[in-house]
Amino acid sequence: MMQAALSIGARRAESAGLWILAWRRFRRDRVGLVSFLIVVFFFGLMAASGLHLIAADWSKEVGVNYAPPTFIWPAIPEGGPVAPVAPEPSRGESTGGPNPAGPGDTNIVDPLADVLAEIRAESGSASIAEAQAPTLVFGGDRWGRDVLKKTIKGTETSMFVGLVAAFLAAFLATVFGALAGYYGGWIDDFFNWFYSVFTSIPYLLLILAIAAVLNQKGTLTVILILGLTGWTGIFRLVRAEYLKHKVREYIQAADAIGASHARRMFVHILPNVSHVVLVQLSLYVVLFIKSEVVLSFLGFGVGVDTVSWGSMLNEAQSELILGYWWQLVAATIAMALLVTGFSLFTDALRDALDPKLK
Amino acid sequence: MFAYVVRRLWQTVPTLLGVVLLVFFLFNWVGGDPAYLLAGKISNPEQIENIRHQLGVDRPYYVQLWIFIQQIATGDFGESWSTNEKVSAIFATRLGPSLTVLVPLLTIDTLLAVAAAMLVAYVRGSLTDRMVMIGCTVGQSISILVYIIVFQYVLAYQLGWFPVQGWGGGFAENLLKYSLLPVIVGVIVSLAPDTRLFRTFFLDEINQDYVRTARAKGMSETRVMWVHVLRNAAIPIITHVMTQLPGLLAGAFLIERFFSIPGIGREVILAVERSDFPVIKAVTIYVAIATMIINLIADLLYRAVDPRVQLK
Repeated sequence: MMQAALSIGARRAESAGLWILAWRRFRRDRVGLVSFLIVVFFFGLMAASGLHLIAADWSKEVGVNYAPPTFIWPAIPEGGPVAPVAPEPSRGESTGGPNPAGPGDTNIVDPLADVLAEIRAESGSASIAEAQAPTLVFGGDRWGRDVLKKTIKGTETSMFVGLVAAFLAAFLATVFGALAGYYGGWIDDFFNWFYSVFTSIPYLLLILAIAAVLNQKGTLTVILILGLTGWTGIFRLVRAEYLKHKVREYIQAADAIGASHARRMFVHILPNVSHVVLVQLSLYVVLFIKSEVVLSFLGFGVGVDTVSWGSMLNEAQSELILGYWWQLVAATIAMALLVTGFSLFTDALRDALDPKLK
Repeated sequence: MFAYVVRRLWQTVPTLLGVVLLVFFLFNWVGGDPAYLLAGKISNPEQIENIRHQLGVDRPYYVQLWIFIQQIATGDFGESWSTNEKVSAIFATRLGPSLTVLVPLLTIDTLLAVAAAMLVAYVRGSLTDRMVMIGCTVGQSISILVYIIVFQYVLAYQLGWFPVQGWGGGFAENLLKYSLLPVIVGVIVSLAPDTRLFRTFFLDEINQDYVRTARAKGMSETRVMWVHVLRNAAIPIITHVMTQLPGLLAGAFLIERFFSIPGIGREVILAVERSDFPVIKAVTIYVAIATMIINLIADLLYRAVDPRVQLK
């Protein structure tokens, strides 16, 4: 659709198309650019993790149980009672022994975890006890898995679910909205009825009801639940846009040159309403990421062998009472960064695509 | 007016039928045979046949659908599959705790959000406005789970200001002791998105001509904001608050679960965990019906707020 819009712009030589104008406006928006970079960074993280370039060995137990983060380690020998961290020092010392790298030099400790992990991987299971690092970059979980790698893996899961579910919802909404808005009549009535049925059940309740019925955990299940229930909001907007566009002159012209209904709907009108879909898509990515976290937290989401931000928060809940806060903080920071970045990016995108709103 | 109400009620029939069909399709078709769920892992075919007969799932689909419609009409959904408690009794006993938390939550949240939104909309573009908006965006991006976990840990577990969780016998004790922290957490979580939303409603009105006219004729700022702008911004605000009302019936899932409040939300989560279909079915249907009624009330309220609105 983007190419279609661009080629229309190019044919008229001087006047820039919608997307070029939008890009020009977007470039001037500094907050938008920064948030765009954050989103791109997370996409990179997701891709790298998905291709097993990083964090592929997240499930290895590389550290001692509840290994504290490296950056708080130096405080421990001095005996400084850091309020919520108080229980770890004794535990760290008794299980892991003194830190070989010495206190006060965090830069040396960082690579040590990796080295130890390699040693452990090479020497097999015989020497697990000695090879487990006393501290990890951002701490360890109950089994001594690296929280940083877990967070990266969780980012991959949560983002993937959010993105695919949002694409599914946007796709359904666009097809339904196009049919309802373009044809009108009983087709419109039918989809409106469908819409009112779905919207008369509160969102979270509907999701929980479907989760109960499917009774099956897994990434695909979550994507289906979110995608199949989330199309209603986008549908209403797309339908309204189609109602507006189908009576315009360019559609009459398309009719006059013999374009089919499908062609008029998806080749002529769709590029002109795609900015609405794009902004909604990006809004729904955020909504679905949040929903996935809640679902996985409750145990109706991704499977037990998959790590997501929701399952991390679930573990973090009981860890916090024991004083191990790092998993909670890691998952929270990762999620807050992405969601804030994505929200600001959506705002900037909307401003860029629809300057009349401002 | 009366004719309008009747027509609107008549229009909800197809929607209600759709909801019934959707729920029926989900639980009787997608959900598979409940007999296997109920009989557990160790079961013989005879047992399963017995259970199927008891539940009526060995009968044709249209008979099952008719039974389901009868259940909705009479409000008798039978017993919970896991606790054998009557579903209607579950509703009756769980609604109170849900409302004890949600009514104060929604009221305080709405009042605070309207006040905050009006303030930032009034000083729009200023540093205060921008800081509040950034704060809201960041605050919104943190999962509700984190708010609950951290507040429960710090305020209740560490500082001991509130009970960590629980529910007492008396209404006053529940309201003033056990529901305090849940309400505080709930208000903090919903304040950020609501302030942002209401701010846009106020901004839409603040730039209108009538506001300038009101100022031009020497009206005080307080009166302009509280009487003229607020009344006009009230319509979308009412819409937003009304859309949240059906949620009162569904309970606050996460808050009730974390604070062990015996409300409907916690019951739904338990029911999903135990595949307790009758409970989920009943909640879904009744919340959907409540949504439709509330939508109708919302439309009537618009008329009260804005005489220009034509009911047709």
